Amino acid sequence: MPSLADALAAIILASLTAYVLLGGADFGGGVWDLLASGPRQARQRDLIAHAIGPVWEANHVWLILAIVLLFTCFPRAFASIAIALHVPLTLMLIGIVLRGSAFVFQNYGGGGGRVFATASLITPVLLGTTVGAVASGAVGEWGKGKWEGFYGGYIAPWLTPFDLAVGLFALAAFAFLAAVYLTLEAKDAELQEDFRRRAIAAGAALVAMAVLGLAVFPEAPPVNQRVVALTAAAALAAFWSLSRRRYKRARIAAAAQVTLIVWGWGLAQYPYLVPPVFTISDAAAPDITLKLALIAVLAGAVVLFPSLYYLLRVFKG
Amino acid sequence: MSDLLAARSQMAVSLAFHIIFAVIGIAMPVLMVLAERRWQRTRDPVYLDLAKRWARGTAILFAVGAVSGTVLSFELGLLWPGFMELAGPIIGMPFSLEGFAFFTEAIFLGVYLYGWEKVSPRAHLLAGVLVAVSGAASGIFVVIANAWMNTPTGFTLTNGSFSAIDPIAAMGTPAAFPQALHMTLAAYAATGLGVAGIHAFLLLRNPTSAFNRAALTIGLLVGAPAAVLQPIAGDIAARYVARRQPVKLAAMEALYETRAGAPITIGPGIKIPYALSLLAFHDPHAVVQGLDAVPRDEWPNVSLVHLSFDVMVALGTYMALVGLWAGWLALRKRDFATRRRFLWALAIAAPCGFLAVEAGWMVTELGRQPWVIFGVLKTADAVTPMPGLIVPFTAITLLYCALGVIVVRLLSRQIVRSPQA
Repeated sequence: MPSLADALAAIILASLTAYVLLGGADFGGGVWDLLASGPRQARQRDLIAHAIGPVWEANHVWLILAIVLLFTCFPRAFASIAIALHVPLTLMLIGIVLRGSAFVFQNYGGGGGRVFATASLITPVLLGTTVGAVASGAVGEWGKGKWEGFYGGYIAPWLTPFDLAVGLFALAAFAFLAAVYLTLEAKDAELQEDFRRRAIAAGAALVAMAVLGLAVFPEAPPVNQRVVALTAAAALAAFWSLSRRRYKRARIAAAAQVTLIVWGWGLAQYPYLVPPVFTISDAAAPDITLKLALIAVLAGAVVLFPSLYYLLRVFKG
Repeated sequence: MSDLLAARSQMAVSLAFHIIFAVIGIAMPVLMVLAERRWQRTRDPVYLDLAKRWARGTAILFAVGAVSGTVLSFELGLLWPGFMELAGPIIGMPFSLEGFAFFTEAIFLGVYLYGWEKVSPRAHLLAGVLVAVSGAASGIFVVIANAWMNTPTGFTLTNGSFSAIDPIAAMGTPAAFPQALHMTLAAYAATGLGVAGIHAFLLLRNPTSAFNRAALTIGLLVGAPAAVLQPIAGDIAARYVARRQPVKLAAMEALYETRAGAPITIGPGIKIPYALSLLAFHDPHAVVQGLDAVPRDEWPNVSLVHLSFDVMVALGTYMALVGLWAGWLALRKRDFATRRRFLWALAIAAPCGFLAVEAGWMVTELGRQPWVIFGVLKTADAVTPMPGLIVPFTAITLLYCALGVIVVRLLSRQIVRSPQA
């Protein structure tokens, strides 16, 4: 029987999943802006700006929601992550600020396209790295005398091959999602082909990074075999749909694949929130806070989902 | 620079930067919607042009506000993990609600900005109204969390940790209403008079521009009533501070000794007898607590708090007078655009609201020091153990300076430059 704290941890993970699927693709769009090339370079960039424009701010709120729920419901976990990962989180924030403002400056005639694209490249790596540092136990073991000094305390915990591999994995995943979604945004066959090829390349990079990440994980990775099998099936379905140019199916398969990866991470470290020190119930706030947070989420969802549906219906058909 | 001072400075820079965008993000959608409504009623293309220009400006400002707000939500933990660990469960509630209000704001702003051709005129206007309402709600929720830091309620404190917490009681903290009222009015007054003032300046150079006349009128419609009401909200807020945070009031008024019939001190020298007792307790002989009531190490920085307070009050008074002047002209059905002295007064008021907002936040934040949670947790005990905090402080400061310059340049290109008609 999952507890109230488990339910809220699941909501936070769901919120992060939405951030990855929606906000992640906006970052991926920036990556393809950076890598735009060939005879249709300008049209590729236009398509990306057009696709991101109306939705990126709403997509970005999923991250804020996850953070707010984390500090409300699991304050100890939030505090320990904020201390140990101060450096990559601050760098990620600078990336978020540069990406968002450069994007809107570019749209309103202020230039900044390269800043937008470069920040889109770096920010996902830092986000993935912080996730890697939590998952590998570096945050949990922080301050136990294992690391000394500034470098040891604030840099070494996240500057590991595994954490960086997770960072690159996140980048590949975001680029993959963006390319798959852009095949549906593109109105003509040539652009569709451009992004189809990019989607296949990014999908291959994603698989490569997954293998590398598992290889450099400190111990035997505690992954759930069934989730891995499902993820692999979704990946195959995405590749197959892309090769057959079935873009709607490819979108569903790619989203399913990335969702399974995020939930696979969650399941692998369950019941820990910050392994190996805080389980979800260790880090949980008092019951009254959890109950009220759940009520706030449910009430918020009643407003949010119809609005979000409306937004996507207006702009994404 | 000590790490504590660097952390406080980084927080101050982040808040001072974000608050400008937050204030405009709350009020600008109201102006946008009023202009669009007039366009739908009168079909005068000037109003459509205005609504579209303001929407473009709002898009730029909202984006910067959204990302700088994200920075703050992380910084609460990055700089003050001790505070968040203790306070998260009790003040997370208004932050969570703010998250959903912000969601609504972002969604309907997307519809508003990109949906001119895609949704019906009525749906478009409604999207604008929802942006305005959820923007105000976001601001109010964040201010409630801050109010709790001033007058913490809804818990029992035992050995430095909370028990029997009640997040609902925490949201009903006594400072919530006066602070939220004062801040919301400040947003409308600063933005409304800011817009009206810019267009007053442009009218001085080109008195026949229909575009600038329309913009000035809508700006005044929002800004003037708020500026006139603000001194009343300020009085309510000050009386709460007098009762709940007497040390802060003493610092605001530079009152060193507890006394009956306390005077108001303006700047370093001028004293108005009995005025402080009268204002704070509505009784000229009331006893007002001075700084001597608490030990020296629990004093805020008196000269800074007092200066900020005087600056805020002076700017607010000026804006209220300009607002009254506008009301008087409107009652007598005079044309604003031909009153040069009024236009000059309004042009001077344009930056005043934003400066007053900054000064007001310096009063409330510096006035709470050395506490982060008043009477419960000291700021020094909440700071992160990470050394070298001057580095992120410098980085964030440089980043925000650069963004500020770009935003001003873009806005002057997008909005202010009037059509040549």
